[in-house]
Amino acid sequence: MSGDTADPQLQPRRQGLSRRQRRRLSQGVQYAVFAAVVIVFAVTADWGRLKNQFAQWSIAKQMFPDVITLALKNTVLYTLSGFVFGLVLGMVVALMRLSSVGPYRWLAGIYIEIFRGLPALLIFIFVGVAVPLAFPGTEIIGGTYGKVALALGLVSAAYMAETIRAGIQAVPKGQLEAARSLGFSQARAMVSIIVPQAFRIILPPLTNELVLLFKDSSLVLFLGVTLEERELSKYGRDLASTTANSTPILVAGLCYLLVTIPLSFVVRRMETKTGEAVR
Amino acid sequence: MTTPPGKPEIEVRGLHKAFGANEVLRGIDLEIGQGEVVCVIGPSGSGKSTLLRCVNLLEVPTKGRVFVGGTEITDPDVDIDAVRRRIGMVFQQFNLFPHLSVTENLTLPQRRVLRRDKTEAAKVAAENLRRVGLSEKATAYPASLSGGQQQRVAIARALAMGPEVMLFDEPTSALDPELVGDVLAVMRMLANEGMTMMVVTHEMTFAREVADRVVFMDGGVIVEDGTPAQVITNPRHDRTRHFLSRLLDPAMAEVDDEGSAP
Repeated sequence: MSGDTADPQLQPRRQGLSRRQRRRLSQGVQYAVFAAVVIVFAVTADWGRLKNQFAQWSIAKQMFPDVITLALKNTVLYTLSGFVFGLVLGMVVALMRLSSVGPYRWLAGIYIEIFRGLPALLIFIFVGVAVPLAFPGTEIIGGTYGKVALALGLVSAAYMAETIRAGIQAVPKGQLEAARSLGFSQARAMVSIIVPQAFRIILPPLTNELVLLFKDSSLVLFLGVTLEERELSKYGRDLASTTANSTPILVAGLCYLLVTIPLSFVVRRMETKTGEAVR
Repeated sequence: MTTPPGKPEIEVRGLHKAFGANEVLRGIDLEIGQGEVVCVIGPSGSGKSTLLRCVNLLEVPTKGRVFVGGTEITDPDVDIDAVRRRIGMVFQQFNLFPHLSVTENLTLPQRRVLRRDKTEAAKVAAENLRRVGLSEKATAYPASLSGGQQQRVAIARALAMGPEVMLFDEPTSALDPELVGDVLAVMRMLANEGMTMMVVTHEMTFAREVADRVVFMDGGVIVEDGTPAQVITNPRHDRTRHFLSRLLDPAMAEVDDEGSAP
């Protein structure tokens, strides 16, 4: 808030608004638009009906503790099993992609293109229908949990393979040369020196992938699950139809945020930390 | 000390190296005897680093043969990892492993490559850190060390493998001027202990005082090879004289067509 110090004699005469005046005007317009949008929504929405449909305290109360001990627990289990399977498979695909053997590189490339290009929903249907058809009589180990791990893993492996490959390539070339000159074989240098450093680099994007998987675990309902195997989305939907009220959907949604928001916070923390640690 | 004692430790025969159409080395013959300290000097782009990297096969020669300790490392069937255990290498950019502490930088290669047990590796690591004067940094991480300290740790890491030959690729070029001395002191100590050393460097004082032989390279060939007195004090070739005058008195250099290579 400095005073008007400009001496008209010394300052070259400007046409129209000064830079500061233009900035103030622009900010003023932006605030006005924001306020207008908020007011329009607040006035036109029917808050009473929304509250009736989505925020019935009595219905929300009877969801506990099952929504946590059963639904959220299953969501977390599905996500983690899919993540672990995807990480292992993604690692293999990433190393194939970096292999000096041509067919491995092509195969990895094809895998990544296909599974990144397909909606996760189709993969779930494929695992639920095609796998039992193709291998009749075989059970996927772990029942529903195994199927979810397989479906989520197949999808996430494609993304994680690309992330891991980028991480490995981001480790400076001198690291591999130093390891090789000490007598490490190529494979041992990768395992002992390169991959540990690559994982530090890709920890934030991998955690992001975990958040995405957490949401994709809702697709398990296309595999057909028992009551005990329901996760947040299915549980919320089932309860919403029995109570003819959408409150369970809102509660399920809040449960997702309960996990994803802290995770995103952790990712941001890690990103600033790795940003500082880079040499 | 111009005649290397005994069989050469490093022997390079008719070495050629090309990157695509770019011929970096065009026929190098060089012998380095046991315990000899040879400094390789020359303008950037002269191929001196490439030559050094060919000696432990970080670069694969296009043509020619390289022997280290009597083993031909250019033989396609050689166990290169076994040969490299006998050759220590120090890089311009140190290349310490940033995710490991100083001690772990020294112990991990011993344990994974030489299969030494934990106590043995720790003992060798401590001993070599002491030699480079960094015992008190044993638990530090590379990022918290100065460039000079990092380079000394890198030397200790190479020494912990018990090499017979040490290769130095411009070990002081990435250091602030006041940190160069500590690294050179460690290298001088190694030279006095009788280590066979091949050093690519721009440090003329070090070359003059420590080296048994100085090799001047330009344009992918060895132009001059002799004692420091011969090559640095009384160079016979114009190219050597030109290079040395630019290096020793850069402010007096004149603008010429050659300029300095990229």
